[in-house]
Amino acid sequence: MNPEIKKIDTDVLIIGAGGAGLRAALEISQANLSCLILTKSVLGKAHTVMAEGGIAASLGDVDPQDNWTVHFADTIVEGVYIGNYRMAELLAKEAPERVYELERYGALFDRTPEGKIMQRAFGAHTYRRLCHIGDKTGLEIIRVLEDQILYRDNVKILDETVVTKLFAKNNRAIGAVAWSLREGIFYAISAKAIIVATGGLGRIYKVTSNSHESTGDGISLAFQIGARLRDMEMVQFHPTGMVWPEGVRGLLVTEGVRGEGGILLNKNGERFMLRYSPEKKELDARDVVARAIYREIIEGRGTEHGGVYLDITHKGAAFIKKKLPAMYEQFKEFAGVDITKEKMEVAPTVHYFMGGIYVDPETTATTVDGLFSAGEAASGLHGANRLGGNSLADILVFGRRAGIYAALYAKDHDLIKLDDSEVEQEVKRVLDYIDDKATEDQDPYIIIEDLRQTMSDKVGILRDPNDLEYALNKIYSLKEKAKNVRARGSLTFNQGLLGCLELNHMLLLAELIVRAAIERKESRGAHFRKDYPKKDRSYLKNIVFDYNDNNIKMSYIPVPEIPDDLKKYVKEEVYD
Amino acid sequence: MTKKKFRIFRFDPNKDKEPYFKEYEVDVKEGMVVLDAVIYISQMIDTTLAVRWNCKAARCGSCSAEINGKPRLMCKTRVSDLGDTITIEPMKAFKIVKDLVTDVSINFEYAKKIPKFNPKPGLPQIWQMQQISVERAQEFKRCIECFLCQDSCHVFRNHKDNYYIGPRNVIKTAIYDFHPLDSEDRTEFLDRSGLNFCNVTKCCQEVCPEHIRITDNAIIPEKERLLNRKDPLYKLVSKLKGRDR
Repeated sequence: MNPEIKKIDTDVLIIGAGGAGLRAALEISQANLSCLILTKSVLGKAHTVMAEGGIAASLGDVDPQDNWTVHFADTIVEGVYIGNYRMAELLAKEAPERVYELERYGALFDRTPEGKIMQRAFGAHTYRRLCHIGDKTGLEIIRVLEDQILYRDNVKILDETVVTKLFAKNNRAIGAVAWSLREGIFYAISAKAIIVATGGLGRIYKVTSNSHESTGDGISLAFQIGARLRDMEMVQFHPTGMVWPEGVRGLLVTEGVRGEGGILLNKNGERFMLRYSPEKKELDARDVVARAIYREIIEGRGTEHGGVYLDITHKGAAFIKKKLPAMYEQFKEFAGVDITKEKMEVAPTVHYFMGGIYVDPETTATTVDGLFSAGEAASGLHGANRLGGNSLADILVFGRRAGIYAALYAKDHDLIKLDDSEVEQEVKRVLDYIDDKATEDQDPYIIIEDLRQTMSDKVGILRDPNDLEYALNKIYSLKEKAKNVRARGSLTFNQGLLGCLELNHMLLLAELIVRAAIERKESRGAHFRKDYPKKDRSYLKNIVFDYNDNNIKMSYIPVPEIPDDLKKYVKEEVYD
Repeated sequence: MTKKKFRIFRFDPNKDKEPYFKEYEVDVKEGMVVLDAVIYISQMIDTTLAVRWNCKAARCGSCSAEINGKPRLMCKTRVSDLGDTITIEPMKAFKIVKDLVTDVSINFEYAKKIPKFNPKPGLPQIWQMQQISVERAQEFKRCIECFLCQDSCHVFRNHKDNYYIGPRNVIKTAIYDFHPLDSEDRTEFLDRSGLNFCNVTKCCQEVCPEHIRITDNAIIPEKERLLNRKDPLYKLVSKLKGRDR
């Protein structure tokens, strides 16, 4: 096989066409620089389209008392004090302008009777704060950003194109090799600056709300050229995923259901959240509600299919169809359940990754020069637990910032061309996975499914030290097996080859998740240890990973202290 | 557990002279959708089978195909609603990349030509809109770009010599046209984009997985707008009423 390798030079390369990538591209285009966006799926299909409930911004259109200081404090407190205060401050201050900007791009949010933007309640937000379009907010964000991008000549999009390797020279990111599934060819891209906006890694788990493409590629690729990673133990379980039928197990049931008044019941009809969280009840932080549901299930008070009930029938059919149309449709189509008349069955599902690439709060710069990151791939903002609606705010606020600062960097630096021989070596590495004589036991998906099952079974909501050790050993043995994976067929849309490439990222990231989970001997936010069920002051710090010469190094960094002028807004952390 | 046969269209332009069908047998579980079976085949039986999917929740519009001849999302089609042998083919309106995967980029090429959203001049920094005035456009905004409407449209599919941007892009135009604060006139654009070729058979509306009333709520109103625009009397009245839009 001797595939074509097309060379492209660009000012800025963006990997990922979700909200963060597209918002960044807009800034680069406006700075009159050339921008190339690579995305694994078709344009407009990124995981952002799955975001349902809304975008958190303290407009105060429904609750006028709301303002950025409350949003800031909510974010820090629910991140259990290991989030970066500056990122939380920027998010809280800039989110409203990002929402108004979407409106100027053509977004049509639901309205209040006064014609302002409607905002709904969401877990652990002090006020009603989530601006929304029914339960399809993410789709609207992607479409209006897409509309802005499509018309621009200096933005080029290569969709269904997978980055196989990033390149760095003297700790500066200089380019990438990518494989186009659709064209069956390779691209060698030299760029002055690179933004990683590839989203999360939920697909490492069996039960997840994440799209097929969320395999953490960008986080892994950045790590391998020296970008520091942080908070890898922090995997968010959304309290409510579908449990049945099996094919949709894990599929998200939006927090909007609870935000609009839905209640949780166990099989005995008990509203159990009154026991776990008498004040906030169903609308406590996600980690609290997820653990409560999980406990109900393992203690034998679960439903037939291994979930609990979520009931919104009391709100009436008209209201439900208007405010939660996608949920109505989803249950009707997939489970044959009419949620205006029947209860839903739900259980926790892997939803979001708080950890990821370490970034500078202002500029989104990583520890590699010229490499930036925003959105779910980056870390710091959400600490140990993310608030619903903060991720859509995150991708816009920090996607924009990534664009601005990557553009500044690109204006200041020359292009360093990729070395031809290194490109050829990388292409050869990928092609070596293709072997038409390969046997079926060399298919990557056997290992991928084994890994996903292991992560769901052993690295879940309540973490047991023996389970974590088991998982780590399992990952090491799967890594050995992974050396033999092969794919058959041509380079065009080769799923087997895609699986081979993704598998390596998934195994690396799974290892880091488990190692960090073993290391943090306390319970904080999404990370809950059976043997250390309490929060421990000595762990008020972030675990980070660095990669040098094939060595993975784990260490701690302190959480930057909140300055006094911000501290006054946040209630002090308490330990038992 | 029952088994069903999946007859899947195969064609790799790199090596195959002709398309062919290949049969796979899959154990059917309760509640299974067609995409469950196709993913199982492509991951566990034959990794050379190309299929495009992403969210598996009818949210992203990636897994469009023709199932027993009907344009549908594979993730939203229950296996139990179909017979013992299920035939799956790619959308026929688009060029085949491989097997079930088609090249849908033409839709974006057409989308680029739509005159973009153009807010009225002199609006305040923060806009006010009533719920009732945003609802029509919100219906069209449910579109997940699965392009099944394009696939089902006989003008778009069979009469390539008649340039028509297709139902999806009429919907996209209507999103702007029904935006309460938009000021652009897109009638001239629609006039040269083949809207007249549509003879309102409502095929697009029937296949829409989002149940958008594409023909009733977007195509017909846009057609009327186009007709009115050409009517000299209407033009005059509009001008007199200062409603030149």
